[in-house]
Parts: sequence; C-alpha cells; structure tokens
Amino acid sequence: MTTTNDPEVIFAPATGMGRAAVAIVRVSGAGTRGVLEALCGRVPQPRRASLRTLCDPATGEDLDQALVVWFPGPASFTGEDMAELQCHGGRGVIASILRVLARLPHCRPALAGEFTRRALLNGRMTLDQVEGLADLIDAETEAQRRQALRALEGETGKAVQQWREDIIGAMALMEAAIDFSDESDVSEKVIADGLRIAQSIRDQIESELSKPQRPERLREGYRIVLAGPPNAGKSTLLNALARRDAAIVSPIAGTTRDVIEVHLDLGGYPVLLIDTAGLRESDDRVEQEGIRRTQARIAEADLVIWLQPPGGEACPLDGPDVLVLGTKADLGTSGSGLSVSATTGVGIDRLLSLLQIRAETAFAAGEGILITRERHRAALEDTLACLDRALAGDAEGATELVAEDLRLAARALGRITGEVDVEDVLDRLFAGFCIGK
Amino acid sequence: MHSPSQSFDVIVVGGGHAGSEAAAAAARMGARTALVTQRVDTIGVMSCNPAIGGLGKGHLVREIDALDGLMGRAADAAGIQFRLLNRRKGPAVRGPRTQADRKLYRQAIQKLLREQDGLTLIEGEADGLVVTNGRVTGLVLTDGRSLQTGAVVLTTGTFLNGLIHCGEHTEPAGRVGDRPSVGLAQSLHALGLPMGRLKTGTPARLDGRTIRWDQLEWQHGDEEPELFSDLSTRVAVPQIACGITSTTPEAHDIIRANLHRAPMYSGQIQGRGPRYCPSIEDKVVRFADKTNHQIFLEPEGLDDPTVYPNGISTSLPVDVQEAFIRAMPGLDQVRIVRPGYAIEYDYVDPRALDPTLELRACRGLFLAGQINGTTGYEEAGAQGLLAGLNAARLAGGQEAITIDRTKAYLGVMIDDLVTQGVTEPYRMFTSRSEYRLSLRSDNADERLGPLGEALGCLSVERRAHFKQKQAQLLQAQALLNERVLTPNEAAARGLTLNQDGRRRTAFEILSYPTVSWADLIRIWPELRSVPERIAARVETDAKYAVYLERQERDIAAFKRDEDLALPESLSFKSISGLSAELAGKLETVRPRTLGQAGRVEGMTPAALTLLIAHAKAASRAKVSV
Repeated sequence: MTTTNDPEVIFAPATGMGRAAVAIVRVSGAGTRGVLEALCGRVPQPRRASLRTLCDPATGEDLDQALVVWFPGPASFTGEDMAELQCHGGRGVIASILRVLARLPHCRPALAGEFTRRALLNGRMTLDQVEGLADLIDAETEAQRRQALRALEGETGKAVQQWREDIIGAMALMEAAIDFSDESDVSEKVIADGLRIAQSIRDQIESELSKPQRPERLREGYRIVLAGPPNAGKSTLLNALARRDAAIVSPIAGTTRDVIEVHLDLGGYPVLLIDTAGLRESDDRVEQEGIRRTQARIAEADLVIWLQPPGGEACPLDGPDVLVLGTKADLGTSGSGLSVSATTGVGIDRLLSLLQIRAETAFAAGEGILITRERHRAALEDTLACLDRALAGDAEGATELVAEDLRLAARALGRITGEVDVEDVLDRLFAGFCIGK
Repeated sequence: MHSPSQSFDVIVVGGGHAGSEAAAAAARMGARTALVTQRVDTIGVMSCNPAIGGLGKGHLVREIDALDGLMGRAADAAGIQFRLLNRRKGPAVRGPRTQADRKLYRQAIQKLLREQDGLTLIEGEADGLVVTNGRVTGLVLTDGRSLQTGAVVLTTGTFLNGLIHCGEHTEPAGRVGDRPSVGLAQSLHALGLPMGRLKTGTPARLDGRTIRWDQLEWQHGDEEPELFSDLSTRVAVPQIACGITSTTPEAHDIIRANLHRAPMYSGQIQGRGPRYCPSIEDKVVRFADKTNHQIFLEPEGLDDPTVYPNGISTSLPVDVQEAFIRAMPGLDQVRIVRPGYAIEYDYVDPRALDPTLELRACRGLFLAGQINGTTGYEEAGAQGLLAGLNAARLAGGQEAITIDRTKAYLGVMIDDLVTQGVTEPYRMFTSRSEYRLSLRSDNADERLGPLGEALGCLSVERRAHFKQKQAQLLQAQALLNERVLTPNEAAARGLTLNQDGRRRTAFEILSYPTVSWADLIRIWPELRSVPERIAARVETDAKYAVYLERQERDIAAFKRDEDLALPESLSFKSISGLSAELAGKLETVRPRTLGQAGRVEGMTPAALTLLIAHAKAASRAKVSV
C-alpha cells in the first residue's frame, strides 16, 4: 500500500484542555520535519523521546522545555510524517506553541476528524475502527461549532459576521466588474467601491489583531445552565452545589440581574454554572429580556439541567445535552430519573460526580477554547495578508487578480464564519445590479 | 427513402445547439449517427439573441472548438460584430463575443453537419423512447417510424411540454411556430425521473426599416476582431454596428400600469426564470428606482431588416409591448415583426445524471442543454459535445469520460449541475470557476487538445494545427528558460529587479508587472521568432505565475479527493452513522468521487470519513477478488 504525505501540515492538542501536568500537541504532514527543525533545531532520532527547548523561530524566544518524539511515516498513526510535542500543561504554554505553529508555512490547525481522515486514507485504520470514531468526530464538530459560537459572542462576534457580509459585498462588486462589464448598470466605479470595502475590513481586522490578548475569561469552562419553571429551585441548587467541598467555588456577581454565574472546579476541569431566569410566557418587559437571555444561554450551553419540582411542568427541551433533574425530593418525586433535595442533601453527591464525568468527556472530545482562539487568529492573519495583496494590486488592469485575492481572503475568513459560496456572491450581485441586456 | 426500421449507433433528438454539437461529435468519433429534428431547415437556429460568446460563454466556445466542435467555426463564419469583452482587464477574464447573422449561422452549422461523414439527418418528430430492462434501445417517431440504437442524446430545448405565454394568451408550442414535444415528455415522466418547470423569455422583434437610426448612438465592433476558432483566419463577412436606445419613465409607467396582465405577476407562470436575464417587467418592479435601462438594437443579419432589442424580453400582451416600445427614443414609429413571449418547459433535475451526462435511471440515455436546466447556446453546445462523445464511446463499448472542474468551464458547469441541481436556468459566469486564472479562453486548446486527441475526436487538420501550436509553445518556453540575467546584468539593460544576486530566467523576469515581451526582445532579439499569440500566451503564464503556483496546490488537493472513487454499488442508506437526511441527499446526487461528495450540501467531516472508509473497504474487496 502506498501512503501519501499531505503537503499541508496540521496540528492539534491531543490532550484535553483541563488542568494537567503535561499536554501533547500532535503534528502531521509532509513538512513535519521542517516544523521540528524550525521549533527545536535538531530532529530527534525516530520514536525516541528527546528533551528539547522549543523556541519561536521568528523571535528566537524560548517557549518551553518539551519531550519531542519524531515518527517518520509510514509507521505513524496517520501514516504520514508525524511528531508529538509533550510540553508543560499550562494554558499559556500551549497557546504560545499553537500560535507559533500556525505561523509556520503550510501549517494550520487540524479540522475536526482530520487526523483520523489521514490515517484512513493511508490505510492505517479499519472500517470498524472508523465507525467507532464517527460519533467522536461528530462530537468534535459539534464542540467546535459551539466553541466557535462562544468565541464569537459579543462585540468581536458581531464584527466577524459583519466582515463576512462585507467581503461578500466587495466580491460581488468585483465580480460584477468582471462578469458584467458590458452591462450598463455596472459602472466603472464598482471596482473602487469594492476596494473601499476591502480596505475597511482590512483596517478593522488589523486593529482586532493588535488588541492585547484578554486575560483568561471566565466563560472558558464547561457550561452548565440551570433552567426550569420559576421557583423550581434553581438558585437553591446552585448554592447547594457551591457549598460542597468537592467544588472549589469562586462566586462572581452576574453580569446581569437575571443571570448568576458560578465557577466550579470539578476534578481539575473548569465548570461554569449558570442560573437563569425562569422560563415562562411573560408580558413584563424586564422579564421578557431575562427569558431571551436565558434562551441565548441555553443555545451556548454544553449541558442544560432542567429542574423539575414534583408536579412541575415537563421539560420542553430535548436532546442528549439535556439532563432532567427532579428537585425538592424531600417533598415527593417527580417521575423517574435523578432527583435531589437541596434541603436534605439527597442526590447532590451523585449529581456532582455525574457532572464531573460529563465535563471530562466534553474536554476529551473537544479541543477547547484555546485552539479555537488560535484557529481564529490564524484565519484572521491569513485574511489580512490576502486583503493586503488585493489592495496592493492593479485593480483596473488586473481586476481578476484582485478578485482572486479577495476570494482567498473570503476563504480564510470562512474558516471562522462558515464558507463563502459563489452563490452568496451571485445573490448579492443580482440583488444589487439590474443585469440582463 | 428511409426503410421502416433503421439502426444507428447514436441517435440525437433535437437540432439546436446541443443537438448539433452532439451529433457532430458522435459522428467524429466514428459512430453511425442520426440527428432527428422536426424540421431540418431549422437546424442551428438561434432562437433568442443573435450573438455567440461573452464572459464565461466565450470560454465555453473556445473549449468546444478545442474538441473540434462546430460553434466557434460557425460563429466566425457568421460574425458581424466581434468584440473581446474585458479587453482592458487581464487575459483570464477576456471573453470573445460576436453578433451573428442569424441566417449565415444556421447555414454554417447545416453545412458542417452535411459535410460530416457518418451523420444522417432525419426529419421527423420523436414521439417516445423504447426502453428495455433499464436501457434505451430505440426511438419511435410520430409518423410510425422506429429507429434502433444503443445510445440516445436528448436535446429538447424548450420543446418538452412547452407552453408559450403572451399576455393572457397561452399556447402549447416548442418555440413560436413549432409544435411542443408531448409524447417525449410522457416517455420521460414514465421513467420516473425527477422533473420540474423552468421559464425563459424573448423580446419582440422589430422592423429595422421603421427605426429612426439617426436619433441613436452606436456601438461598434473591435478594430482587430478576435475570432473564436483556431482554424479561422479572418473575418468572413462585412461588419455592422448596433444602435443604443433606452427605456423611459413613460415606458416604465405603461409597464407598471399593465403588470396585472403580465403572466409572471398574474400567477399564470409557475416556472422559475433566471435572475440575470429578467424580463423588462421584472426590471421595472425589482429596480423601481431606476428611470431607464439601456437597450441595444442588434440587427439580426446583413440582408435581414429584423432587429433584436436586447434587454426588453417580455410576456406582456402585444398591445402593451407596442405601447412601451414606442415610448423609447428612435422607436416611436416602430413596427413589431413578432411579439415577445415567455415560454415554460419541462426539465430533468440534473442530479439524476452522471457527470458523463448519462441518466442513471436509463442507461444509454444522455441529456444535454435546456433539458438539464441550463440556458444559453454555449452552455447547450458544450454539454451536447460531451454527451455526443460519451454516447459514441458507449456505442463503441468504451468507458464514458468525465471532465473535472480543474480542466474546463465545461467541467465546472457539469459538476455544478449534477452535484447542486438548479433552482433557475443555469448560465455560465467566470466567477463560477475557482480556477479562473487557469481556465482561460487563450489556453482552451492546451487544456483540452490532448484529451481530444486521445479520444480521437479531432480532424486531421485540427490535430496538425494543435501539434504545431504545442511545438511553438514548448519552443518559446524553452527559449525563455534558457536565458538568464543577474540583477546587475538586468540593471545594465534598464530593468530593475530585486538586488538579491539571484539569477533569473527570462520567464521569471517576464513575471514582473513592469516587464513586457517587448523589453525581452530588446535584450534577446532572437525572441522575435516567437509568433505573436504564442508570446502573448507565455506572457500571461508569466504574469500569473505566483497565482498559478498557489492554484496548482489547490488543484493537487482537489485531485486527491477526486481520485478517490466511491463505488457505484455503495448504498448510502446502509452506512451506519450517516443521518437519514444526508443519506437521502447523497442518494439523490450519487457522487462518484469523494471530492464530489464533499461538495454536496450539508456534508460533515464525520460523514466524509465514513465515505472514505467504505470506499477503501470496497477497493480492498475488489483487489482481493
């Protein structure tokens, strides 16, 4: 069997992002040897763990002392040339290593399931193994989607969505100038208009990238949202969980009057517990806003615990990520499943260990917010480089090259926002111009 | 006369642009071919606008020509106003276009078909297909004749259950003055194919003798016309200019006041029309703030007074058409020769096709042109060519061929059709190709010539021409690669390069935006021996070099996925782990490669991984048998 060595080098942390002494970053692809040379100078002997100092080739700055293992293909997990960097488990260390990797030529963060896919293409896996892995890849995809959503909430998220809209607009103008230059509705100035939009996106991305890295954000944890009808006992449960020795608690005042967030550490994994306004139909404007926020929290949650007091309304949510929990167990039971009583303490320990298992599983499947953030940074840096080329080009004489750079910029940005399809561009074009002579 | 039952290798139904190319291509491949059409004298008719080529479309014509098709040669013979669109932009997006004399074009196509060995033209109306055990075996005509064959190419255009709308008036027709194909439509419906309705339209035709030309502006052709075919050497007939007029606020008021009588707005038309070729009533509604639209008045021929007003396709009632047209400058006295109309017709969801253009549900049956949901002569012709080639290969017991997205606009179009389906008539734009810088109208022969040669569909003359051009190109490339300068040597000759001490070849030097071919000739006078168009092509490659290298990497990645074939027997429904929705979509499209599967809407990384696993398992099973 012949194996292929993909010229694109991919990398990803192979270990969860919870607190741990050691983290492993895997690298695979034809240029892996070059990556090792760039990071630690000498390539170790095959399959031998060797202590190396990793440093940033751009600045010469030391990143970490790490055990480096070099697996030349085809005798590796993917069948390609591969390496493992076993570094210290601190988040800052991993983040800096990921960032340096992303800046090496032809080197990018792996997509969901990509290591598996390469292993499969090289015949390193059987069908049975893959079928077992498909669920895991789905979980990875879902985790990435959710993390991307989370990383994009707030101001930055709005900006990124706007860039996507704008770059489609710029492309539509440029494509109009190319494909419909003989249409009277398409004037000569569309090219200049397109460039103006591109310039504005470019400046905004540059300013976003130059912002200092924010400190660790509380939202980086396994998110559990407590939901249920009013007076189901959400706040009581939150307090009960927070009082336990098993949970190391740092109470944070909620950012709104409707949402209380509590940070727990369960078995080394950061967990964010969020109490929400009760879900019910309401005419009250303040309460409506609270409910809207609750629904937004639920959409971003890793797990929703629906609290159901005896005789309370049934859970309106559905899915594997919803846990229905009977409350006020001292007052009677509300059907099957787990129930707790904050008053007597019944079931609280069981709930805590269940939550810990859930958090562990989620961290193992997902790559964590860190890689998401690095993925975004790498994508934005690529987008910026493409836009710079587009803006430096000869837009009148070589419109097709400027359009090509815009297309590449859209493709890079699409790694964050979802793909920009030619149909998106054509939709915009035909909505904006009266085409058809 | 024809005997009651005749047998052919390939039968093509329809004599439009798809049918003509299909029949000629099949016959060039050596298949005994019949072209069946209602009227032999309408073969090669341009039913709508009298023009060939344009952006994306001109690229398709060059590709047809590279495979020795007819359209480029006929357009050169009939061209009365050649213009290279985007002349001032880069070579990748320049599109040759010409106005064509309607009669000369038709005659040119008919002449090429009559001269083609192995091709029989049959006048008659196809009534139904004969299908035996899922394979097409023959064709029955309405006059009772039956023809035997193993391969049929259907190019029904707007004829399948065609229904013309002109104001409140509707009339079953394939084109104005022609009968619709109803029996054939029944035949296709009986096969259980997924079918739908599309709509297109055409403007009124005007009597040029009643136009006040002195009140109009003019658009002229290029000083140095750019022809379509590599085999053409000069413009064949006198050149003309087109008049330019425009709609007026008064004309818009008339249209607005009569919208309730427009079939598009009264609900009389159900089919979807194209967004890029809207009727004038659509333009007035959708772009309400515009007070006028530019309209080109294109003469339909050198000795024909008919004028095609480009930009006012309509299905409004005749009296409204006359009123709004007469509200336009220069047209106040105009006489309408024939009113405009909209036509609805059946098409087959192209996802039912393999990328060879053969139907999966009925082997030996190929579809090309508007029946596949496309619009445009060039789109039709290109599909017809591929369908004809594959029908002939099937008849000869050979495997059908496909052309992928990296190779040609033809490949982009067919992949879009069979993978995405259509929601409106599909037209080619250069923006549809992600490899636009590689797929140029100036290198179509280089891209497709070797394929044509391997297939055996090139004439002796074409082959010789192609070989000569290839040799010239190789020679020019060698000349450039053998000549090198250091930055200092270049500076001494007036060229500024990066002062990095690196020696650069003449090709690399030519890649600088500031360096032209003329500069190179100053340094190396022997380059004068390179023919002008070869020099132009090499210069384009040089100017695009950085971009083409990046595109090469994209193409390599594309090919890796495209090379992984999914077994034809693969049952997507039985793959555990695929959602029912995705499995359903995959069954509709039935992708043939992993790459194509990846382009199916809603595909996920996990699903792709499962497909790879199954493809790999199947190929191992095959090897071990």
